[in-house]
Amino acid sequence: MRDQTCIVGTGTTAYGRRGDFYERGQVDQIREALDLALAESGLDRRDVDGFASYSVDANDPSLLAPALGIPNVNFSNLVFGGGGGGTCGAIANAAAAVIAGLAKVVMVYKVITQPPHMRFGAAYGSAQVAADPMSDFHRPYGLVSPVQFFALLFQRHMHRYGTTTRALAEVAVQTRAHARRNPKARRQEPMTIEDHQSSRFIAEPFRLFDCCQENDGGAVVLVTSAERARDLKAKPIYVMGGAQGGDSLWGQGLTSQNQPEDLYTSAGHRHLAKRLYEMAGVGPSDVDVALFYDHFSGMVLLQLEDYGFCKPGESGAFVENGGISWQGGRLPVNTHGGNLSEVYLLGMTHVVEACRQLRGESTSQVDGAEIALVTAGPSNLPTSSLLLRR
Amino acid sequence: MALSEELARIGPNATTRPFWEACLRRELRIQRCGSCGRFRHPPLPGCPHCGSAESEWPLVSGRGRIHSFTIVHHPALPFLAEAVPYNVVVVSLDDAPGARMISNLLDAEPGELRIDLPVEVWWDEAGPDVVLPCFRRAR
Repeated sequence: MRDQTCIVGTGTTAYGRRGDFYERGQVDQIREALDLALAESGLDRRDVDGFASYSVDANDPSLLAPALGIPNVNFSNLVFGGGGGGTCGAIANAAAAVIAGLAKVVMVYKVITQPPHMRFGAAYGSAQVAADPMSDFHRPYGLVSPVQFFALLFQRHMHRYGTTTRALAEVAVQTRAHARRNPKARRQEPMTIEDHQSSRFIAEPFRLFDCCQENDGGAVVLVTSAERARDLKAKPIYVMGGAQGGDSLWGQGLTSQNQPEDLYTSAGHRHLAKRLYEMAGVGPSDVDVALFYDHFSGMVLLQLEDYGFCKPGESGAFVENGGISWQGGRLPVNTHGGNLSEVYLLGMTHVVEACRQLRGESTSQVDGAEIALVTAGPSNLPTSSLLLRR
Repeated sequence: MALSEELARIGPNATTRPFWEACLRRELRIQRCGSCGRFRHPPLPGCPHCGSAESEWPLVSGRGRIHSFTIVHHPALPFLAEAVPYNVVVVSLDDAPGARMISNLLDAEPGELRIDLPVEVWWDEAGPDVVLPCFRRAR
């Protein structure tokens, strides 16, 4: 897979509050993001002939192709799983389709609009409260929201390694500092360690400022062959590798909490990390900037460990020593402001920011950034990750 | 007492029914692979370790330790507004190594809940056809 395909265009819609764009509808937002991505790439909408998405996307090609004016559908594909676990997997599927000759230009897309009757954070919300054989083992006990599942994993990490909520605060505060340099980020208010530590608990040890936002918006990323990319308008961003899946014994570990002890205090990405580095032929020391999926601050810490930037248990010290800061950090992380403070589009903006960094266009530019790591949301299997280079 | 009537429903299938039927008899039975002998929970039709479809349902003591916990302050669903703050615990069972159960610790005082706290199963009649295994501090 290495270097055979490129991301050649990215587009993000305007960002709205939760529910702002519900009435407008998702397809129209995908159209807005696609037009921006096409303009960036210099491609025409008639060049697009493939669709890739994830997270139980209801916007299938029967809806999209006519509404977007795309005449030929040669490939379509959806990564299993809810949440943001499939972002990088969808990019990898697009790349694989191009390499296999199934399609020439694949659009990877995701849009969030939240209906008034249901919040994203209540995964087992009103519509899904019905009993079923798998959720019977956690739902009756009030374990019904992603923040609660992740809180259990992180609590054990704190116990095992002595990690503190001060480390969570560092992630939230650094991410906010990056967001404040990005005019498009939704969260522009300053945040101090004290602000974080005095924000209300949602599910201990996670506080309000450990949680990502709920909002509306959408994004499109265009993938084509490296050969085609050379003649296009945007500076091509090469796909070095894209891993999807995970460790079988992680399985439904998030909702079942039954992964082996060593995996329990991880983000469930170790298997992916190994495969990804092998595919790309690089290691952690080659990565210039990382875009870690940050549904919850604590999962940034666990991913720093899974991807080998520090040893298991050492991520707290890593961030408390300024390790993830844009300026002078050993590994600048989430330079756009992340899900926590820029916008929550199920990880698409992490891919977009990686491209900006590698084109030298970030609002918190890492000098000379050549290789970016992007991860998709730690969750039940499968999740995914991506290495990109300029 | 269950956190909420709306949540305390179960919809077993062939794989999970032996667990829930045992609960109605106040028996904690955890699925064990009939081939390699490893425990697993929640129940699955095959063993994640060796792939065997053989399984048995031995009775276990219900004693264990808190593996992890959270205290939920924000009600994710409207009908949990009266229940917060409440705890959710993950329990490692003493005599079913490898199996963990998600539950509530019913008699935890604020600040007392901690990892490694010894606990034992405590049956909660959540409804006419639902007996939920919950936990209390070990006696």
